Amino acid sequence: MRRWRPADLLFWGGLALVTLVLSLASKQIGAATGWKWLTKFPKGWELHADRAISTAMKWLVEDAALGPLRFRDLTRLLSALVEAPYFVLRDFLIDGFQIGQGQQAVPVLPHVSWLVVVLGFGLLAHRAGGFRLAALVVASFLYLLLFGLWESAMVTLASVAIAVPLGVGLGILLGIAAFRFRWVDTGLRPLLDLMQTVPVFAYLVPILFLFGFGAMSALVATIIYAMPPMVRITTLGLRGVPEEIVEAGRMSGCTPRQNLWKVRLPAARGLLMVGVNQVIMLTLNMVIIASMIGAGGLGFQVLTALRKLDVGAGVEAGFGIVILAVALDRLSQAIARRGPVVQAQGGWMARHPRSLALLVVLLVSYPLGVLLPALNSFPESWQLSTGSFWQGVISWINLNLYDQIEAVKVFALTWILVPVKQLLLGIPWPWGLALAFAIPAKIGGWRLGAMGLAMASFIAASGLWPEAMITLYLCGVSVVIAMLIGVPLGVWAGQNARANTVLTLVIDTLQTLPTFVYLIPVVMLFRVGDFSAMIAVVLYAVVPAVRYAAHGIRSIDSQLVEAGLVSGCTPRQLLWKVKLPLAMPSILLGLNQTIMLALSMLVITALVGTRDLGQEVYIALTKANVGKGVVAGLAVAFLAIMSDRIITAAVNRKRGEDHA
Amino acid sequence: MKKTFTPVALALSAALAAGAASAEVESNDPIKITTHDWSGQIISATLMGEVLKKAGYNVEYVQADYLAQFAGLKTGDLDLAMEIWATTGQEALDEAVASGGVVNFGETGMKAKEEWWYPAYMEETCPGLPDWKALRDCAEAFSTAETAPKGRYLGGPVTWGGFDEERVEALDMDFEVVHAGTDAALFAELQSAYERKAPIVLWLYSPHWAPEKYEGKYVEFPPYEPACYTDPAWGENPDAAYDCGKPTGPIWKAGWAGLEGKWPGAARIIRAFHVENPEMGEMIYKVDVDGAEIPTVVAEWMGANESVWQGWLK
Repeated sequence: MRRWRPADLLFWGGLALVTLVLSLASKQIGAATGWKWLTKFPKGWELHADRAISTAMKWLVEDAALGPLRFRDLTRLLSALVEAPYFVLRDFLIDGFQIGQGQQAVPVLPHVSWLVVVLGFGLLAHRAGGFRLAALVVASFLYLLLFGLWESAMVTLASVAIAVPLGVGLGILLGIAAFRFRWVDTGLRPLLDLMQTVPVFAYLVPILFLFGFGAMSALVATIIYAMPPMVRITTLGLRGVPEEIVEAGRMSGCTPRQNLWKVRLPAARGLLMVGVNQVIMLTLNMVIIASMIGAGGLGFQVLTALRKLDVGAGVEAGFGIVILAVALDRLSQAIARRGPVVQAQGGWMARHPRSLALLVVLLVSYPLGVLLPALNSFPESWQLSTGSFWQGVISWINLNLYDQIEAVKVFALTWILVPVKQLLLGIPWPWGLALAFAIPAKIGGWRLGAMGLAMASFIAASGLWPEAMITLYLCGVSVVIAMLIGVPLGVWAGQNARANTVLTLVIDTLQTLPTFVYLIPVVMLFRVGDFSAMIAVVLYAVVPAVRYAAHGIRSIDSQLVEAGLVSGCTPRQLLWKVKLPLAMPSILLGLNQTIMLALSMLVITALVGTRDLGQEVYIALTKANVGKGVVAGLAVAFLAIMSDRIITAAVNRKRGEDHA
Repeated sequence: MKKTFTPVALALSAALAAGAASAEVESNDPIKITTHDWSGQIISATLMGEVLKKAGYNVEYVQADYLAQFAGLKTGDLDLAMEIWATTGQEALDEAVASGGVVNFGETGMKAKEEWWYPAYMEETCPGLPDWKALRDCAEAFSTAETAPKGRYLGGPVTWGGFDEERVEALDMDFEVVHAGTDAALFAELQSAYERKAPIVLWLYSPHWAPEKYEGKYVEFPPYEPACYTDPAWGENPDAAYDCGKPTGPIWKAGWAGLEGKWPGAARIIRAFHVENPEMGEMIYKVDVDGAEIPTVVAEWMGANESVWQGWLK
């Protein structure tokens, strides 16, 4: 534990005190001096960056041209290229092939039987991970069949099948570029931050113009959101390959190119798979928003069900998304783990018994489907539904536990949420700017301070100061709670294999279950307001807190733990003095990601009526004001980037002190 | 439906396709009608689509967000949107029409009504409802921990506008306006309160399933007149505007500006489409409360009202 230096103590204590006093007294000071501008940023000083952005966007989507080719035509061409395989896949899986249009259409080949899809995935899973995995995958697909989600799930599967390889592929290429060239790395980092933190709604409208309404826009939005972790992890993984391995590659005569593709990349495979996991999870996370712009599928099922307040159907479809995500993730992990295998001997048929069996079933299923319609589309009478069960659960809680819930809520509001909100909103903006300089400057030097000041000034000059403060309050409180819950759980999972299995399932569920699914029950129980928003943010942002803490504890060198035991540590001491300090970098990375996810939830919290930056983005979307949306989106991104840089700087500083 | 060509498919169907008769329409390209995430709108869209099909046009339904769809309508990626509510989508529609890419195809015949609404059991706690003065006098009965002693009024999303803060001020009502972020949140709260018979007054609108399903009434404010919103001297409070109820507004049909040129016949049919609130309310109820399928409900309506939609085709 680091001891506080008196100078530091004076700095932080003084800062906190002045902030508190100014916040409490800002109204009175404003009234006494007549300086209205103190509490409210003067309208006359606003920057109006939004108008410039709107104009620039309009030019880009409508007029920008390379010779005779408009920029929009170029993106449309790209869109057609990607859409072609998507539609073929969709026709194969669910729509069926046909010629002609509408009423003149002639069906040519029906869609593939559900049996073939289930069997295909089952066999693939068996090959990659044995019977257990095959059982898991088959059970997942049976869930989709039994709950009548098949058609939507196949539509979602088709888009995932295009989005994930594209996201992973582009991510790896960019990651390699960032590894090879420092300037790419420097240039890419802020861009990745923006991709992860600017809410999708902020750039949805320009994307729709450029890529057309439908599958492609949804894919672009998905890839923008899901790719950044892949890029970061690729760079990190390539850097982390032990020098000895690279050296061995060099000695056996690898060219630099071979060394990269045949040595470094395979050696980093473990970490790369974490990236693939994230891309799959984040892609399925986007299905709700993707379905708003014409991607359809499971996301649309969730939306329609909840608009009808059919909680049961919403939950069923929501879990359909989770199940699809988990099955695809486990399958991809197993395929990657298997690595290269020794080829079996014999002809093609002998070497590929599974492929052969599948091919036979595929061919037989078409004629058989004509005789047995049940094979073609799963009969409705075989389907299940939890029906009103979920609604019943919510109603029961609502009728029986409401008073207790209300009491908890009132307590949290009166003692935590409202005071923090008042404090932050009370800070006069000039002092806020001073803080935005002083805090980062103290931690990371004056350059970081200058960056903080510049970003805060942009926010103030865009007239978004109060919204930014509400954002800070809502995310701040949520992040603290998420860390308080997530880190102990992660530490537990890191030390206990069984806890780890269960918790991994829980956090995978939380990450892929559309927030909308639990947002509606949350509103039923907690009413519209900040408390509901906070619950939703905590549920979503707790995931990395758990994941990274568990990862940190698990990757501690067992020799160090051994050394602790030998020197007579009690289990408690072992945890506090050995394991936690060693896992700290990983936990701080988790904090960083928790903040990022909390900020990315802002658009969702806007749906329960908070007045933060997310709401600004949403309002801008409804008013078709691209510039305003981008400005508010940038404000969100700036908050994220600053918190990221401050944490990084704090970690580096601490590391420096520890070494000194 | 889109077209997909594969060599096998081509060979298989060459003979079949050659014989396929096409009705006499200007273009066989599908007219893309948007569907949103609420049943009423999907019913309107399906009804329009099925009628257009009867006239021989090809129709494709595309799922799209209510507001994001304008980007598609401007470029012709999407062709027709059946429900643009004057109360929630007017600004976006005006902006789109001004840009030249979108055309307003006139009223659907449905009127959007939006107003403060309370469940019937509140009449016991607050006799005198639905008169707004009664509501004003028992504001405290509608209070919650966060708003007490003021009453809590759950308004629509900020983006719906509605001037409720101004209304509360002008009519001197002791209410705090809390905004729901989406209408799903709005109905989630209503459902929850209705189960517990808890006090609630909130923004509802018709045509929608909620006022059909739950028993209750709209609060009766002084009726809206344009002067009420612009002239402070008008009405109850001589010093403030907005001292009246909310206006009702038409629900518009809007589409891509090129639709008229590409399918002139279809454009005529679209303009003729006319359905009124009670019919639509009945269909919505069948779908959202009785659990019927939308195509079935639409087919039933078309069976029973053959003369009506045949009239649109003329």
